[in-house]
Amino acid sequence: MSISQRPGLTVTALDRLLGFAMAATVIAVGLGFCWILGAIVAQGLGQISLAFLLAEPSNAGREGGIAPMLVSTLLILGVCLAIALPLGLGTALLLAEFTITDQRLGRLVRRSLDFLAGVPSIVFGLFGNAFFSQVLGLGFSILSGGLTLACMVLPLLIRTTEEGLRAVPPSYRQGAAALGLSQTTTLFKIILPAAVPGLIAGLVLGMGRALAETAALIFTSGYVDRFPRSLMDSGRALSIHIFDLSMNIPGGDARAAASALVLLTLLLLLNLLAGALAQRWANSS
Amino acid sequence: MQTFEMSQLSSLRRAHRRDRILRHSLRLLGSITGLLVLLITLFVLQEAWPALQNLGFIRFWTDGSWHPLEGSFGLMPMVLGSGLIALGATAIATPLGLLSALFCQCYGPPLLVVPYRRLLELLAGIPSVVYGFWGLVVLVPQINRLHPPGQSLLAGTLILSLMILPTVALLAIASLAQIPSSYWQGAAALSLSRWTTLTRIILPSARSGLFTAVVLATGRALGETMAVLMVCGNVVQVPSSVFDPVRSLTANIALEMAYATGDHRAVLFVSGLVLLAIVAGLVVMAEGISNQGMSSESVIVHER
Amino acid sequence: MTTMMSAATTCTQPLLEAKHLQLSYGQQVAFHDVSLPIASGEIMAIVGPSGCGKSSFLSCLNRMSDLVPHCHVQGEIHFNGTNILSPRTDTLLLRRRIGMIFQKPNPFPLSVWENLALPLREHGLVKSQTSRRAFRQAIHQAIEAVLRDVGLWEEVKNRLHSSALALSGGQQQRLCIARALILQPEVLLLDEPCSALDPLASAVVEELMLRLRPRYTQVVITHNLAQAKRIADRIAVFWVQQHKGQLIEVGSTQQIFNAPTHELTAAYVSGGKG
Ligand SMILES: Nc1ncnc2c1ncn2[C@@H]1O[C@H](COP(=O)(O)OP(=O)(O)OP(=O)(O)O)[C@@H](O)[C@H]1O
Ligand SMILES: [Mg+2]
Repeated sequence: MSISQRPGLTVTALDRLLGFAMAATVIAVGLGFCWILGAIVAQGLGQISLAFLLAEPSNAGREGGIAPMLVSTLLILGVCLAIALPLGLGTALLLAEFTITDQRLGRLVRRSLDFLAGVPSIVFGLFGNAFFSQVLGLGFSILSGGLTLACMVLPLLIRTTEEGLRAVPPSYRQGAAALGLSQTTTLFKIILPAAVPGLIAGLVLGMGRALAETAALIFTSGYVDRFPRSLMDSGRALSIHIFDLSMNIPGGDARAAASALVLLTLLLLLNLLAGALAQRWANSS
Repeated sequence: MQTFEMSQLSSLRRAHRRDRILRHSLRLLGSITGLLVLLITLFVLQEAWPALQNLGFIRFWTDGSWHPLEGSFGLMPMVLGSGLIALGATAIATPLGLLSALFCQCYGPPLLVVPYRRLLELLAGIPSVVYGFWGLVVLVPQINRLHPPGQSLLAGTLILSLMILPTVALLAIASLAQIPSSYWQGAAALSLSRWTTLTRIILPSARSGLFTAVVLATGRALGETMAVLMVCGNVVQVPSSVFDPVRSLTANIALEMAYATGDHRAVLFVSGLVLLAIVAGLVVMAEGISNQGMSSESVIVHER
Repeated sequence: MTTMMSAATTCTQPLLEAKHLQLSYGQQVAFHDVSLPIASGEIMAIVGPSGCGKSSFLSCLNRMSDLVPHCHVQGEIHFNGTNILSPRTDTLLLRRRIGMIFQKPNPFPLSVWENLALPLREHGLVKSQTSRRAFRQAIHQAIEAVLRDVGLWEEVKNRLHSSALALSGGQQQRLCIARALILQPEVLLLDEPCSALDPLASAVVEELMLRLRPRYTQVVITHNLAQAKRIADRIAVFWVQQHKGQLIEVGSTQQIFNAPTHELTAAYVSGGKG
C-alpha cells in the first residue's frame, strides 16, 4: 500500500501543477487582452466624436478626422468582396459538392489554397504591386488594393464556406438526387439556403481579415489621405492610417489610438451583425 | 410505359443544360483560384529575376551587410532576425496555446470555457497593426525602462507570441476535439490521473494535429509584418542580446519598397521569394504531419 | 388485380432485372454475383443480416451508387429492356422513374407544399397553363391527390405552408413517399422505411405500401421478418459469405417461410418465426 502511494503522490503534484498552469495561462491571456483593449480605449476614447468620424484629417492627421479613410476602407472592402465572393463561393461549391466528378481538380485547388493561406500578407503586397499596379496599370489605387486583398482572403473565405456547405446534412443531397433533381436545383433551392449560416460566417471572417489588413495595402492602395474620387484613385485604409500616425507622425499617438478604436468597433459590430443575421435565419427557416 | 410529354422532355433538357453550365462555371472559378498561387509565384519570381541574374543567389548570403544603395545585399541578418523572432514567439506561444486548448477542451468549467474561447477568437481577430500600435506605445516604453532602447527583439517576440497564441490554441482545440470520447471514458474507468491521461493517451493521439497547429503558427509568425515593423527597431544587425533592435525580412520589404528601384527592388522581391519558399516548406511539413496522423486515425476507426 | 399481377411474375419479362451484379467500395467487395429479376407490380422484400449489402444493392437500382466515392458497379441491370448501368443512361430521368425512400425520413427544410412542388416543377410534370394561377391550381391538384394517396391530406391540409421538419416522424416518412409518388414513378425502392418509426406510424406506412401494391413495383429492405411476411410477394435473402454479400435464395414469401431450400435461410426465418 505504502509503495503504491509514492507515485500516487507525485502524480497528484503534477496534476496540481497542470491545473495551476492552466489557470495561470487563462488569467494571463485574459489580462493581456484587457491590457491591450484598456490602453487603446484609454488613449483613444477621448478623441472620438462625431466630428472625428466626419471630418478630413489636417496637420498630417494630428488633427481633424478620419472620414476619407473610412470611405477608402469601405471601397477597398467592396472591391475585395466583389471579386472574392463569386470566386470563393464557386470554388467552395466545387470543393464541397463536386467531390466525385472533379476529384483531381479539387485536390489541386485544395493544395494551392493550403499554400495560399500561408503566404505572408507582405508578399501579397509585393505581388499586387507588381501585377495589379504595374502590369495591369492600375497604379496605386483602391482597385489594386481591393484586388490584392481579394487574393488574400480567398483561402479563409473558401475554407469557412466549404465547412458551411459540409455542415448541410448529406440526407438532403441524397433525397434530391433520388428525386432526379438537377444539381443546379439541388444547390440553389436546397443546399445553399440551408448553408446560409455557414456562408455568413465565412463572409464575416473574410471581411474581418480584409479590414484588419495593412501590409498588403501599403504598396497597392497607397497612402493618400484625401477622399478618393474614383476606384482608380489612391486611398488610405484605416489600418494604414493607424500605422502612419503611430510610426511616422510625432504626436500622432492619440489619433492613432482613436482610429484603432474605430477599427476595433467596426470589427466587433461586424461580428455582432453576423451573429444576429445567422440567428434570424435559423429562426425563420 | 408512360406517355412522355413535351414539357417533361424540355424540362429534362433544360436541367441538363443548366447542370452543364454550372459545372463549367464552377470549374472555371476553381481553376482561377488554383492558378492564383502560380500567378503569385511567377510574378514574384519575374520581378526577382534581374537580381538573381545580376547578383547570383549566393551573394545574398555572403555579402556582409545590407547597403543596397552601395550594392551590398546581405540578407543574412534579416533572415536571422525573422527566424529568431518567429522561433521565440513559437516557443512562448506553444505551451500557452496548448494549456489554453486543454483548458477549453478538457478541464475548464463550461461557464469559463465559452467566454475564454470567445476571447481567443477576438484576439485572433485583432488587426496586427493594432497589436503593433499597442506594442509601440505600451510595451516598448516598459522594455525601455528595463534596458534601452526598448524597440527590440524581445518586444517583437512578445507581441508576436500574443498574436499567434490564438492560432495555436484554436487549432489545438480543433484537434483535441477529434479525440473519441471513449478514450476519456476509458481513462476515467481506470481512474488514471489527469497527468497520466494526458501524457499517455490524449496528447499522443492528438499529436499530429498539435504539431500542425504549431507549424502553421510558426508560419504566421514568420510572415507577420506590421507588428514586427513597429516594435523591433529595424536596425539591420545580428542581435547580441534580446534587447537589441533587429529587422525582419518582412519589415525590410515594407520599409524599402517605397523608394527601391532597379536591383534594390528586385532584391526585395528575392526576399519575398525566400518567404514563399519557407512557407512552402512549412505547408509541406504540416501536410506530411497531418497525413501521418490520418493514417494512424484510420487505424483507430477500423479498430472501433 | 393483385392475383393477376403476382401470377404474371413468373411468365412475363421482368420490369427490373439485375444480372451478375457486383459492387465494390475501393478494393472491398460489398456483394457479388447477384442476379435478381423483379416483376412489375410485385413487392419484393430483401432481408438478411446487417452489412450483407442490401442497401448497396438497392442503391445500384437507381444509380445512387454513383454518388459514393470509390464505388464501382459491375454487371447489368435491365429496366424495361435497357441496361441502366450504361454511361449513356440519363440518371435524372432514371431516378424520376425509380423513386427511393430512405430509412430516416429526409424532407427538405422547406414547406410541405414546396417539398412536393419542387420535384414537380423540376420535371415539368405539370403542363404549362395559360395563366400563372391556373398553373398553381394544377400543382395544387397534383399535391392534394398525392397527399390523399398517402393518407396525409387531412393531417396537413391546414399547414401546407409551414415547415415540413415540424411534422412527426411518421408524417415525414409519408411525405417522403408522397414526394416520390408525385413524379409518377414505376418503381419504388424503400430502404428500411419503417425502422426509424414507432410501431403505430410503422403500421400506417406498411398499410400504405400494401395499398400502393398494384400500381407500383416496390423493392423493400426490412429487418422485420414478420413485416416481410405480411407485405411481400417474394423475398430475396442476402448473406455474407467469405466477407462478400451474396444472394443465397429468392422465392415466394410462402416458400421462403415454409420450405426454404438454403439452410441459412431456414435458420434465419426460424429465428424470425420463434
Ligand atoms: N460508403 C461506403 N464506403 C465503404 N464501404 C461501405 C460503404 N457503404 C457500405 N459499405 C460496406 O459495404 C458493406 C455492405 O453495406 P450495406 O450498407 O449495403 O449493408 P446493409 O445490408 O444495408 O446493412 P444494414 O442492414 O446494416 O443496413 C458493409 O460491409 C459496409 O461496411
Ligand atoms: Mg442498409
